[in-house]
Amino acid sequence: MTAPDTHRAIEAVWRIESAKLIAGLARIVRDVGLAEDLAQDALVIALEQWPETGIPNNPGAWLMATAKHRAIDRIRRNVALEHKVEVLGREIEIQQELAEADFEAALDAAIADDVGDDLLRLIFTACHPVLSTEARVALTLRLLGGLTTEEIARAFLVPEPTVAQRIVRAKRTLAEARVPFEVPRGAERTARLSSVLEVIYLIFNEGYSATAGDDWMRPALCEDALRLGRILAELAPQEAEVHGLVALMEIQASRMRARVGPSGEPILLLNQNRARWDQLLIRRGLAALERAEKLGGALGPYALQAAIAACHARARTPEETDWARIAALYDALAQLAPSPVVELNRAVAFSMAYGPAAGLELVDALTSEPSLKNYHLLPSVRGDLLAKLGRFDEARAEFDRAASLTRNARERELLLERAAACARGSALPPR
Amino acid sequence: MRFLMYTIGDDSVPIPPPSPELMAEMGRFMDEATKAGVLLATGAMAPSAQGVTVWFSDGKFTVTDGPYAETKELIGGWALVQVASKAEAIDWAKRFLRIVGRGESRIRQVFGPEDVEPKRA
Repeated sequence: MTAPDTHRAIEAVWRIESAKLIAGLARIVRDVGLAEDLAQDALVIALEQWPETGIPNNPGAWLMATAKHRAIDRIRRNVALEHKVEVLGREIEIQQELAEADFEAALDAAIADDVGDDLLRLIFTACHPVLSTEARVALTLRLLGGLTTEEIARAFLVPEPTVAQRIVRAKRTLAEARVPFEVPRGAERTARLSSVLEVIYLIFNEGYSATAGDDWMRPALCEDALRLGRILAELAPQEAEVHGLVALMEIQASRMRARVGPSGEPILLLNQNRARWDQLLIRRGLAALERAEKLGGALGPYALQAAIAACHARARTPEETDWARIAALYDALAQLAPSPVVELNRAVAFSMAYGPAAGLELVDALTSEPSLKNYHLLPSVRGDLLAKLGRFDEARAEFDRAASLTRNARERELLLERAAACARGSALPPR
Repeated sequence: MRFLMYTIGDDSVPIPPPSPELMAEMGRFMDEATKAGVLLATGAMAPSAQGVTVWFSDGKFTVTDGPYAETKELIGGWALVQVASKAEAIDWAKRFLRIVGRGESRIRQVFGPEDVEPKRA
């Protein structure tokens, strides 16, 4: 193998092993920041040695043993400091773990479950509410996604030192707040889990909003988020909302090739060429949704959104869409997680299921909503419904307003075409 | 990035049925790959004798039953994985082959919905 090949191979091992490594170390040293430093030390040693010795047969175990030796070195160096007894106790613990290392191969299967627990603890810690959202995102990608600081910076279009700072501060915050390395239980678990899901979905949406010409690291965030979601679904299989989120992401990702036109213009769901939807991801999404539904109980917000996405995914043509079911799902979503944007989508679903007048009634209730004041989709939807009802003058004014609010040039063009069509007394521009 | 990884073998040579130990180890490996979030789909090929080849040339179809002439180049099983790089796909193939003991695995990138399509010139 050439040197760059070996380097790439080591990076690949790191992608696969780093989260498990950091999680296992964090359980021993009870400090996520220190655990990551130790894991990085082991990586540096691997980068020095492996090009000479070749990659070991079990690289994960090698990295873990090396990192544990580093842990002991560090503790010995710090032993002169205050908490002598406590530190010595920790050293004995790690020595014991090292003595057990010989049996590790035999115990691999038994340990696999513990690794899962450690990973789950690591996810909950990285997404702890004591951290800012930005810090949670950066820490999750770094500790669980195995991304470098540089990769995170490129993906989020921020300077590398900013991300590095964010991670350093996040680790310090966790240490200062003495956040325990554990999986929360009871009522706290629900709240903490929704923070985890929020972080993963945020990463996904950041990638989903990438546009042509962006660095490839941006759309790759969708893959990173999907991978995190799929991992979490196996770590916490009894959590319906985890499967709900995975289902939502799989189905949304299935449309990636269909949602942008040749010149980079966004293509709305109903106008997409469904032959370009990825059937593999749709099937995976529907399977994940089924797992969420089988766990029983009322569907949570992610599972409801996934169920809505699934209605579209199941329809071979836009005409086959089960709009009555979508409207009912939006009803449930509006009850559970009310927001003006959900209301607007609910209005669209109602107009498709029960006619434009039913939709317009719901949209009209939103026109005084302050958070939608500058949201171009509100006048755009209202214009569409008015045009369908033949109220072209009002419709034209709404399309003009929507055109003045959108930041997307191509969308503005489409809205102005619709305004012009209304001026001619027609609901749709000529094709 | 999506990759199709497939094993290559000679299906005129019968393979002895895998030992229970190998089956168990393979089960653990598949479990690990699923838990790592990389495994999208897997499958195994039926013997090539059951296969069919359809040719189309000069406006004429020719349908031939298997097996193929070159039996050493046949696909046995396959796995579709989603990983961060080609190097990562290679690492998973190594993990797989280490369990099997010996064999040949080939890796081809498959374009998924996340890949930008080549622009027309």
